[in-house]
Amino acid sequence: MNIDRLTYMANQIARAFEPQGHDSAVDQAATHINKFWDPRMKKTMLEGDRSGLSPIAAEAMVKVEAYVAARPASAW
Amino acid sequence: MGYEPQADFGTPASKSEKLVTLTIDGRAITVPEGTSVMRAAAESGGSIPKLCATDNVKSFGSCRLCLVEVDGMRGTPASCTTPVMEGMNVHTQTPRLQKLRKGVMELYISDHPLDCLTCSDNNDCELQDNAAAVGLRDVRYGYSGDNHLGLATDTSNPYFDFDPSKCIACSRCVRACDEVQGTFALTIEGRGFASKVSAGTSMDDFLSSECVSCGACVQACPTATLQEKPMKEIGKPERAVVTTCAYCGVGCTFRAEMRGEQLVRMVPWKDGKANRGHSCVKGRFAWGYAQHKDRILNPMIRKSINDPWQEVSWDEAIAYTASEIKRIKDNYGARALGGVTSSRCTNEEAFLVQKIIRAGFGSNNTDTCARVCHSPTGFGLSTAFGTSAGTQDFDSVMDSDVILVIGANPTDGHPVFASRMKRRLRQGAKLIVVDPRRTDIVRSPHIEADFHLPLQPGTNVAVLTALAHVIVTEGLAAEAFIKERCDWDEYQEWAEFVSRPQNSPEFLEPVTRVKAEDIRGAARLFATGGNGAIYYGLGVTEHSQGSSTVLAIANLAMVTGNVGRRGVGVNPLRGQNNVQGSCDMGSFPHELSGYRHITDNVARKLFEDDWGVTLDPEPGLRIPNMLDAAVDGSFKLFYCQGEDILQSDPNTHHVAAGLAAMECVIVHDLFLNETANYAHIFLPGSTFLEKNGTFTNAERRIQLVRKVMEPANGYEDWEITQLMAQAMGLDWNYSHPKEILAEIARLTPTFAGVSWERLDAEGSLQWPVNEKFPDGAPIMHVDGFVRGKGKFVVTDYVPTDEKTGPRFPLLLTTGRILSQYNVGAQTRRTGNVAWHPEDLLEMHPVDAEDRGLKDGDWARLASRAGETTLRVQVTDRVAPGVVYTTFHHPATQANVITTEYSDWATNCPEYKVTAVQISPSNGPTDWQEEYEEQARRSRRIAGTVTAEAAE
Ligand code: SF4
Ligand code: SF4
Ligand code: SF4
Ligand code: FES
Repeated sequence: MNIDRLTYMANQIARAFEPQGHDSAVDQAATHINKFWDPRMKKTMLEGDRSGLSPIAAEAMVKVEAYVAARPASAW
Repeated sequence: MGYEPQADFGTPASKSEKLVTLTIDGRAITVPEGTSVMRAAAESGGSIPKLCATDNVKSFGSCRLCLVEVDGMRGTPASCTTPVMEGMNVHTQTPRLQKLRKGVMELYISDHPLDCLTCSDNNDCELQDNAAAVGLRDVRYGYSGDNHLGLATDTSNPYFDFDPSKCIACSRCVRACDEVQGTFALTIEGRGFASKVSAGTSMDDFLSSECVSCGACVQACPTATLQEKPMKEIGKPERAVVTTCAYCGVGCTFRAEMRGEQLVRMVPWKDGKANRGHSCVKGRFAWGYAQHKDRILNPMIRKSINDPWQEVSWDEAIAYTASEIKRIKDNYGARALGGVTSSRCTNEEAFLVQKIIRAGFGSNNTDTCARVCHSPTGFGLSTAFGTSAGTQDFDSVMDSDVILVIGANPTDGHPVFASRMKRRLRQGAKLIVVDPRRTDIVRSPHIEADFHLPLQPGTNVAVLTALAHVIVTEGLAAEAFIKERCDWDEYQEWAEFVSRPQNSPEFLEPVTRVKAEDIRGAARLFATGGNGAIYYGLGVTEHSQGSSTVLAIANLAMVTGNVGRRGVGVNPLRGQNNVQGSCDMGSFPHELSGYRHITDNVARKLFEDDWGVTLDPEPGLRIPNMLDAAVDGSFKLFYCQGEDILQSDPNTHHVAAGLAAMECVIVHDLFLNETANYAHIFLPGSTFLEKNGTFTNAERRIQLVRKVMEPANGYEDWEITQLMAQAMGLDWNYSHPKEILAEIARLTPTFAGVSWERLDAEGSLQWPVNEKFPDGAPIMHVDGFVRGKGKFVVTDYVPTDEKTGPRFPLLLTTGRILSQYNVGAQTRRTGNVAWHPEDLLEMHPVDAEDRGLKDGDWARLASRAGETTLRVQVTDRVAPGVVYTTFHHPATQANVITTEYSDWATNCPEYKVTAVQISPSNGPTDWQEEYEEQARRSRRIAGTVTAEAAE
């Protein structure tokens, strides 16, 4: 999967939750990605260059990482 | 079923709850107050002769054929205009009445051609029936006096003729056009004997007039004056089957009237609760595609998309399909396979496609074309209210006082519902339209929007937040409702947010380009004007902030207390016939039917036990992700039922690259559509006339689709999916869609009470149908929100990244028009091309002049994604800086222009905003010509020459 496209999507998601305040935005962005991204999308983002992520998106990805680690089925 | 026309009670039903008892011809009858004597007689099995009355329109009292005698009343009143009264004693058949009626009839007949035996209306003509009913045997005036017999027939409309020589000037057509359709295209010209029906001005014919070909006048006409052409060509129908239109989300029901295996006409069914006996040009007339010569009837395969197609038997095609599925699954794993269900197909077909993907392919890579239209609706409304659907039935609009239409063009997109809405507006309801274009609903006969907010495309959230700002800061919020129904803390956070000065209409005016005072006026009207209802369409969802806009709409409805009763609510106008249904059926990659997430172990287990398989517990890919993954090499096989993603999805170049990168593309469709240019297997599909099943319309109304003829391709679509499943070794044995529906009901709580038998008996049901709502739910959230407390979500305006600049200074937005339907695969193959032979680019006079363009000139339309050419239409419907086009014709390839930007939550593409530049051009671009050539090559079928010439 194209990392630029995924980065763009993650930032867009994070931006949408921004008005809910920082902590809630991180949680909701992570939940959103867990709910709607297929395993290969998560893997590409997690293993790829995360430097283009906004601060909220970057923190959300840390949570996504923990989620994926806890669920063998989400491995790709 | 034999052929019987639908009963006509002469005048519309009364809605009064008060009952009145009277006597007609000795029979005691009880009817609601306000019922006409004519209707009371008809409902009790009697029949009073009539010519100018019909139950779709108000009575007029002009023909004087329906006279009756009433004890204690002087003279002989017309029964169609006389309301019933308590204790009335009516006589409908007396010697005096008989004589009077004969006299009336004689006058009519003396000016009527007596060619009954050769007339196409013979045996289906009310004039004939009534002449017989009054016992007419002779015409004293002779047939040679002054008459209309020489007038020429107007055949300009592709679907019906107007033969004025047969007109009896009853004005039923005029009233149908005014009252039912709301177009006001017809008038009675002249007076007395010289009076005659005319479409538009005396220079016009039906085609050039304002007529939108809805057919209401044809249905209302008692004679052969206005008549469907096939009635002449094929003859009178001999049986009728009730079924549901397969075009838009209104879900009109029709009587398909047949002669043998031939469809003579589709007549809107008066008992249909979505359409109440009305129709639009598409459902009523545009079904000729079903028999079009381009339809592919034999399965075909090929190794490479550069090869010509090889026709094969069904057995061979299915075996090859199954072997390709197995090969690719073995080589790349289940997650390399996927497909899309269609919003055009039935619930049962969509359910089977997602089932074959989840249980057969073994992945959750299933999506539906609703992805590209209403996916934000599902996300937004389930977040705010707890259900992924609209809150009202269509009838609810008749109780609305203020109607807010945002990003929808109902007169073109949802015409039958628009007619109902217009009727309510003519009764005095107020109207607010939020749309970059001046759509027809803004100003039409007897309707003028109180506010039209012509916003800059892409600023919906800003406008909605500004409306909320005014409501909250001016103290107009419905706090009692909010305290009772919604989460108060969330409300307060939201109210604080919208109250900030940067959300005021004045502050946002430079962004939205809507006058602040208009936003203030509209907000006050919506908050204080009584029952407020919001109707929205793809102008809301197809944006980077589509989901946020849906949430903002839900906020607006809650803050004004407009949810949970008649006349209010949030109403997504669904594009295709079964958008709601395909979403309900678990077509999305992350959820099972009834909107249960795939990670929900309890829900998943239910399906695993029922299907005897283990399901992938992780969400799959959505359509745009599938294409990305294909380019990337991890997605290889795509089963595409009833959708043309190459033409309908954004950024055509990207879609083409994705399809070209796959090893096996299976297209299951009626025609060799644009996507099929990249396909390896073509499975011919069946039309809605050839199948059984159900559709669910925008009101959550589930209605039966009944087979009226045998599938020309050999199988109904669900059977083809089942053949594939069986070839893959799955144990599927459905013998009728009712068994699939039973499985859906078994596995989906909101469908628990739905069954084929019930739908057959009751006509339709609006989900949820379960223990709590045994008869369905026309209005939702009546006793509180489905999710518990209504949720206010802060939505701030985030400008789209698609920005104008020096290279691309104009904003393009897209839409559709009445006579064509989406990618046009069907409507382009019907007489509807009379109205819209090509896509046009609407441009403001100032922008056109700046570029030296005139009406009808060819223009080059370019964005950073691509370029195309089309002809210009100069109009002030669009604001300066905004241009507009439709996407009905493949030659235009409007989606070459649109970009890959999409809604943040759902990836619903941003069709509605693209930065473009426009310049004069001499004709098609190189790319359009190359594309034509590629399409021509890829449509070759070995051993035939005709298919090459197709299109
Ligand atoms: S077809 Fe419809 S729009 Fe046209 S004249 Fe008849 S009623 Fe009016
Ligand atoms: S065209 Fe038909 S409906 Fe219209 S006035 Fe003539 S007879 Fe009546
Ligand atoms: S309004 Fe929609 S459902 Fe009704 S006839 Fe027209 S296309 Fe069909
Ligand atoms: S039907 Fe009543 S006056 Fe014509």
